[in-house]
Amino acid sequence: VSTTEFVLQLAINAFSIGSLYALMAIGLAMVFGILRLINFAHGDMIMVGSFAALLANLAGVPFALAALIGVASSAVAGIILERVAYRPIRGAPEVAMLLTSFAVTVFLENLAILIFQPRSRPFPDPGLLGQTFTFGNLRVAGVDLVSIGVTLVLLVGLTFFVTRTRLGTSMRAVAEDLLAARLVGIRINRVITAAFLIGSAAAGVVGILWSARVGKIDPLMGFYPVLKAFIASVIGGLGSLPGAVLGGYLLGFLEIALQGLLPTALVPYRDAFVFVALVVLLLFRRQGIMGTAVQEGD
Amino acid sequence: LVGAFRLRPWLAPLLLALFAGLLLAVDRAGSSYLQRIVILVGINTVLVVALNLSNGFTGVFSLGHVGFMAIGAYTSALLTLPLALKATNLPDLPPWLASSELPFLAATFLAGLVALLVAFFVGFSLMRLSGPYVSVATLGFLVVVQVVLVNWETLTRGARTFSGLPAFTNLWWVWGWVALTVYLAWRIKRSAFGRNMFAGRDNARAARALGISILRSRLLAFCLSAFLTGVAGALWAHFILAFSPKSFSFAMTFQVITMLVVGGTGSVTGSVAGAAFFTVLSELLRNAEGGLDLGFLQFPPLYGASQVIMAALFILVIIFRPKGLFGDRELAWPAWPSRSRKKKEPEAGGGP
Repeated sequence: VSTTEFVLQLAINAFSIGSLYALMAIGLAMVFGILRLINFAHGDMIMVGSFAALLANLAGVPFALAALIGVASSAVAGIILERVAYRPIRGAPEVAMLLTSFAVTVFLENLAILIFQPRSRPFPDPGLLGQTFTFGNLRVAGVDLVSIGVTLVLLVGLTFFVTRTRLGTSMRAVAEDLLAARLVGIRINRVITAAFLIGSAAAGVVGILWSARVGKIDPLMGFYPVLKAFIASVIGGLGSLPGAVLGGYLLGFLEIALQGLLPTALVPYRDAFVFVALVVLLLFRRQGIMGTAVQEGD
Repeated sequence: LVGAFRLRPWLAPLLLALFAGLLLAVDRAGSSYLQRIVILVGINTVLVVALNLSNGFTGVFSLGHVGFMAIGAYTSALLTLPLALKATNLPDLPPWLASSELPFLAATFLAGLVALLVAFFVGFSLMRLSGPYVSVATLGFLVVVQVVLVNWETLTRGARTFSGLPAFTNLWWVWGWVALTVYLAWRIKRSAFGRNMFAGRDNARAARALGISILRSRLLAFCLSAFLTGVAGALWAHFILAFSPKSFSFAMTFQVITMLVVGGTGSVTGSVAGAAFFTVLSELLRNAEGGLDLGFLQFPPLYGASQVIMAALFILVIIFRPKGLFGDRELAWPAWPSRSRKKKEPEAGGGP
């Protein structure tokens, strides 16, 4: 394998995993931008979507439709989550909201364990998702291509939504200044519901792609993806949508680069290096790459 | 301190003696199940009060303290493992470690000390962050600790179970450390250091304007808290006797945090009450989880049910009583004397 091919191979992997991180991070960023809430339970929307899709598929629904059902379930779960758990504590201190989202995570994960048992179940990867293409020495998994493609389409759609539609503009206004947005007559609740709907649906998409890539799902599957997505959105700047996307891809590249470049003995420590990098970034530029300045001293 | 309840001078030693007597009774006559629960309550009390030192007193909400617990557990286990077992289970240890077998007290101290050193290095950068940033960064610290434990096979046996350590932990060790921890926390809260911590938590700018070094007071709290957490990890290790890196999980983190938040971040009394309440509750729920047979009525096993209930309780408390049961206050409910072990009089300087 030549060096170019090696680099190209790594780049494809990085783009694919980065796409998933970016999609996840968008959901986190949207909610954080508006509510100052780090929604850890975002990871469980992945789990909800995957389980719904799998159950539908096992019940005989064709995979494509089952995947749609999964995404829809995630979206609905996200809306319910906001209504039941987050609305009562809106405006609470940031740490209290973070803790609530942790509690929600524990609640949802254990509810899933209660219903589905803790064991993991195989997840199908039919059609394009399961294939592998070879170009010369290059091997590209179908799921990678789909991840990259789907993410690009969704990102274009999202950009259109945020910049060109009334609701999207309202969302940016609310993120910028909630009080002023309310004063000019924007319906805050509607905007927040929309943010949870879109973010959770994106998480549902990630869920399907992630599960097809890993090949199995279990009730705790959302924890690491959401942790990664959080890192991604911090890298980009918490609350910034373009930042979240950028952070997602950067994280993907960082991980794959560490994987490819670290000496073999250190590769298992990859996640440790990623976190160290995150802390270093936080120390020198807490607002991330595209975030606005953070208030000092609290 | 707001709402501090003053016990009468003669009552404090009486209650302490009463509690010691209760412990003695449990030690001598209690069933082994009861003893286990009393020990667990003690270990959790140390964990929660220690966490309160950093999360409650300084407001730096760490989600990574279980990492210090893991460090303490592994340190103490390595120092006390019988030499013969070391030779077979951990053949590649460095010679000085392979040939040392320390008594429990020394091992627990060193466990705390190693955790403290790590906390100092980690805290030196992390304590500059605040709010949700520091929470997630400390969660990252926990992930790093786990990654290191899983991969440092020479010392930890990797992901495999570490077992064979002597069962040193008993009622007296645990409650001795509880007494020390509670006393320390109590004193710190009333000291100048403690006031600096609370000031930095409540209004960082005003505190800085008064010349308080927020970094220093946070770092002090973090290191001390890590020391006690490391000790608790050692106590836990010699109680559970077999563990792996996986044991120091997110679920355990959440359990300790629940005890802290429900009891009241900032209140030592609240920490003690929270630890006692949730240890007993989760023990009861765990029994029910494995299936319940009431003779006429059988419940099937419900794995995960106890965590669901704990999480729901936690959310309800945050919504309806965001400061927890006690907030910053101490011993405001004199009607519960038996619950409150530490009767350290808040006299001098502890005015309302």
